[in-house]
Amino acid sequence: MALDDRKSEFKFVGTRPDRPDGLDKVTGRAKFGADAHAPGMLHGAILRSPHAHARIVRIDTSRAEALKDVKAVVTRADFSDKVAFKPGLKGEFWNVLENVMAGEKALYDGHAVAAVAATSALAARDALKLIEVEYEVLPHVTDVDKAMQPDAPVIREGAADYSVPEGMHPNVVRYHESGHGDVEAGFAEADLVIEDHFVTEATHQGYIEPHACLATLGNDGKGELWCCTQGHWIVQKTCAALLGIETSQLRVTASEIGGGFGGKTTVFIEPVALALSRKANRPVKLVMSRSEVFRATGPTASASMDVRIGMKKDGTITAAQGVFRLQGGAFPGAPGDMTAMCAFAPYHLTNVRQVGYDVMTNRPKQAAYRAPGAPMGAFAVESVIDELCNKLGLDPIDVRLKNAAHEGTKASYGPRYERIGLVETLEAAKAHPHYSAPLKPGQGRGISCGFWFNHGGETSVSLALSEDGSAQVMVGTPDIGGSRASMALMAAEVLGIPYENIRVTVADTATLGYNDVSHGSRVTYASGLATIKAARNAVEKLCERAAAKWGIPVDAVKWENGCAVPSGPNAGDFDPMPLAEITASMGRTGGPISGHFEATPEGAGVSFGTHIVDAEVDRETGRTTITRYTVIQDAGKAIHPAYVEGQYQGGAAQGIGWALNEEYIYGEDGRLQNSIFLDYRIPVASDLPMIDTVIVEVPNPGHPFGVRGVGETGIVPPLAAIANAVSNAAGLRMRQLPMSPPRVLAALKGNG
Amino acid sequence: MDYHSPASFAEASALAAKATGTTRFLAGGTDVLVQLRSDIVTPDTLIDIKKIGGVRDITRNADGSWTIGVAVTGAEMSEHPELGREWPGLVEAMDLIGSTQVQGRATLTGNLCNASPAADAVPAMVAAEVTISVTGPDGVREVPVEQIPTAPGRTSLAKGEVVSAVNVPARGANGGDAYLRFIPRTEMDIAVVGCGVNLRLDGETITEARVSLGAVAPTVLLVEDCAKAILGTTLDEAALDALAAAASAACNPINDKRGTIEFRTEVAGVLAKRAARIAYARAKGEKA
Repeated sequence: MALDDRKSEFKFVGTRPDRPDGLDKVTGRAKFGADAHAPGMLHGAILRSPHAHARIVRIDTSRAEALKDVKAVVTRADFSDKVAFKPGLKGEFWNVLENVMAGEKALYDGHAVAAVAATSALAARDALKLIEVEYEVLPHVTDVDKAMQPDAPVIREGAADYSVPEGMHPNVVRYHESGHGDVEAGFAEADLVIEDHFVTEATHQGYIEPHACLATLGNDGKGELWCCTQGHWIVQKTCAALLGIETSQLRVTASEIGGGFGGKTTVFIEPVALALSRKANRPVKLVMSRSEVFRATGPTASASMDVRIGMKKDGTITAAQGVFRLQGGAFPGAPGDMTAMCAFAPYHLTNVRQVGYDVMTNRPKQAAYRAPGAPMGAFAVESVIDELCNKLGLDPIDVRLKNAAHEGTKASYGPRYERIGLVETLEAAKAHPHYSAPLKPGQGRGISCGFWFNHGGETSVSLALSEDGSAQVMVGTPDIGGSRASMALMAAEVLGIPYENIRVTVADTATLGYNDVSHGSRVTYASGLATIKAARNAVEKLCERAAAKWGIPVDAVKWENGCAVPSGPNAGDFDPMPLAEITASMGRTGGPISGHFEATPEGAGVSFGTHIVDAEVDRETGRTTITRYTVIQDAGKAIHPAYVEGQYQGGAAQGIGWALNEEYIYGEDGRLQNSIFLDYRIPVASDLPMIDTVIVEVPNPGHPFGVRGVGETGIVPPLAAIANAVSNAAGLRMRQLPMSPPRVLAALKGNG
Repeated sequence: MDYHSPASFAEASALAAKATGTTRFLAGGTDVLVQLRSDIVTPDTLIDIKKIGGVRDITRNADGSWTIGVAVTGAEMSEHPELGREWPGLVEAMDLIGSTQVQGRATLTGNLCNASPAADAVPAMVAAEVTISVTGPDGVREVPVEQIPTAPGRTSLAKGEVVSAVNVPARGANGGDAYLRFIPRTEMDIAVVGCGVNLRLDGETITEARVSLGAVAPTVLLVEDCAKAILGTTLDEAALDALAAAASAACNPINDKRGTIEFRTEVAGVLAKRAARIAYARAKGEKA
């Protein structure tokens, strides 16, 4: 836990300066996806399938093309033939192509079937109405369990890979099984075994900024793309592949981003805008409406799960097994494997087995949403643990402490843990005043742990010093959580110059080497590590210049408080040489001084959290109010604690929405019923209590300053913690999310 | 699209009478403009009634009744020093609609003429026995609010007719009103069930009662059986239970994305009891 009076080894890291992009964002100066304009720019619009599953018999675009204001119309036929989306695309590129523009079939309500570029947004919208599409409507399925039934319509034959056992429905496309020990022997040792079934509905990340881009692509194969994304190199690579151009000829610039949460780690409209631009030979801007975002971007998977856990009277878990079925829309990719691997990861288990299924349905292609797959599994597992604690009369934190994974534990998904901080979060939870605060009548308290892997990924950072002694840092990871502030703090720590003297820029694809997406809670870890090492690289050069000036060996110079100093009394008697003094003459002493670092760091360090939630249930209406919420999570080292707390609070806030009211609602016709924020019920500010946070710091040995990513773990415990709180308040077990008032009231009335 | 901004309701009526295709009247625009931008309704004729004299006025008449102009916004109603003291249920119902920004535009008249079964202001108006003045080719007629909506999205207003005023009765002595809605969130949502109650007491005893329900049928309901259940009572537990039962019995809801038939039917009774308690307290001059 962070203690105010602890002497920090850091000067800048751990402080809370204003974010460098703050003024831009509060004054409206920041440029988001839809804020770009270009001379001669056209406006694009996309025609989308009204059917959940339909063969596209015929598309007639002639009436739209005849309009004076319409400059280009594209369908899949355009892409694959004349101007060739590269033929023979395989694997995920093919899936992305199929998703951004339907081929033979429309696979979900909202699937793109054609697009128009016109001289105004209104003209483009009206032109769509003139495109005639003849559909042969096919049977559809949107539910994961139904999609696995023998009579379910087949979304696509041959989509399954080698992992799927014989005899499964073709909609099951990936299978995962892992674990260790002998679960049946373990269940035999248990004093109580509980098995239960749990269901979660798909939710959307709900980022406030709809996808938007401005694309220019000439017939010379050179392109420019401005877009709202979590990672512009993956956009560059994907778009180049889909359009059949050289990757390096497409320069992609990431706009400021109004939220992503994993949903902006792929492309939806960008290849379409580029194709329209190439056909019209004009820049094309495409902006999604909120309804398009809901219908045709990447919500999370929905899940159907069976979990069985055995426990001794003293709280020891003897065996655990789970089956996790996730649907991820009309394409492979639902994170059934992730759900399975994360579900039991917080616990030190002798006998554990987990199975995950990736199932296709007629829904939009799922995308990542903060720790993809993990929250659902935690909901099922932590609910069963809660029920075991209730039945055996055990304290839920004590039971978790008793079974908690620690350094050396063989994780449920295979490897042995290095130093981890789960126990520390549980101890902090137990000691927190929230845990011992009395509950009012009608209230219940819930606890849950959560785990996420965290990720490293390809990373490049460049740092350049200016003559006046200031520094500019070029990173390639779009700033989705205050990372420019964190990078500046880490660079300041190494260089020894003030935070304010460092400007961090998210560089475009033409000005920096490849960078993986801002996902996997990797930015503060990996771009941070690269920033530190790039700064150290610059410091080496600064020391070289000082050594040359002083005429002493470079290893006799060290860097201290922003100055080169002799490394000891024997090195010579020289006054400290500040950074700005060295850079002022760098042009004459060897040239510009920069630092670089490129690598794929592997030591991300897994992350755990424990949440405490109080919920109050109105027994007459089934309405739940979250009255108190505390997040406790291991950050390794909090570089900018305010933004770490923000991540914790954000995870809890999104988890509250997912647990209580957010859900994709499909009609019998397979159409999405609630594609606007009025009916897709994300929490509003007044729905939430102040979310308290505790930052635990168990340093990650894989990062120079000890950082563990914090972006995702925060959404793993909420579903379970809230379900446990609601179940304890209502006096009955809630097994299905969201716990919306009609569902809770029906359960209270005994017909849930 | 033809846009008009007439100077009188007679002119507005004449414009509407001779218009062809789809006609919409524009006051706050919180429904019309949203529908237009969402490509749901693109009117051929848009008649802006905001520029007619007096449409932004809240007027107390000599007999204690109120006339509310058709372009008076929710914010103006909430900030009025007297109206909310006399008709807190009506003002609170209007104030529940949308965000602060929407409150700066939205009107009672628009909420009524949009004819959504889930409109918040409408059950409160029905309970308060509000009428509207309708100007048409043949002059002005006065119509009870409950006679305006005929189905979701449809009203009884004829071609060429335009709402020209909202008439709120005098509060009178020993009266109180209340409106409650159920939403899963705390704001920025649409009623799953709504209930308006308006009472008058003689001592502790209820002598006049009007109970309305929203979002539980194709149109707002004025439920006589609810009124009967509490008339002549002191709103004791038995009366409240009878009120809840009558409210639930009156429901004719649908299953949709916002709620189930069972849920709406059950919660209509719960809200009727809760709203009645508030209206009763207000009628007794207590703060509620």
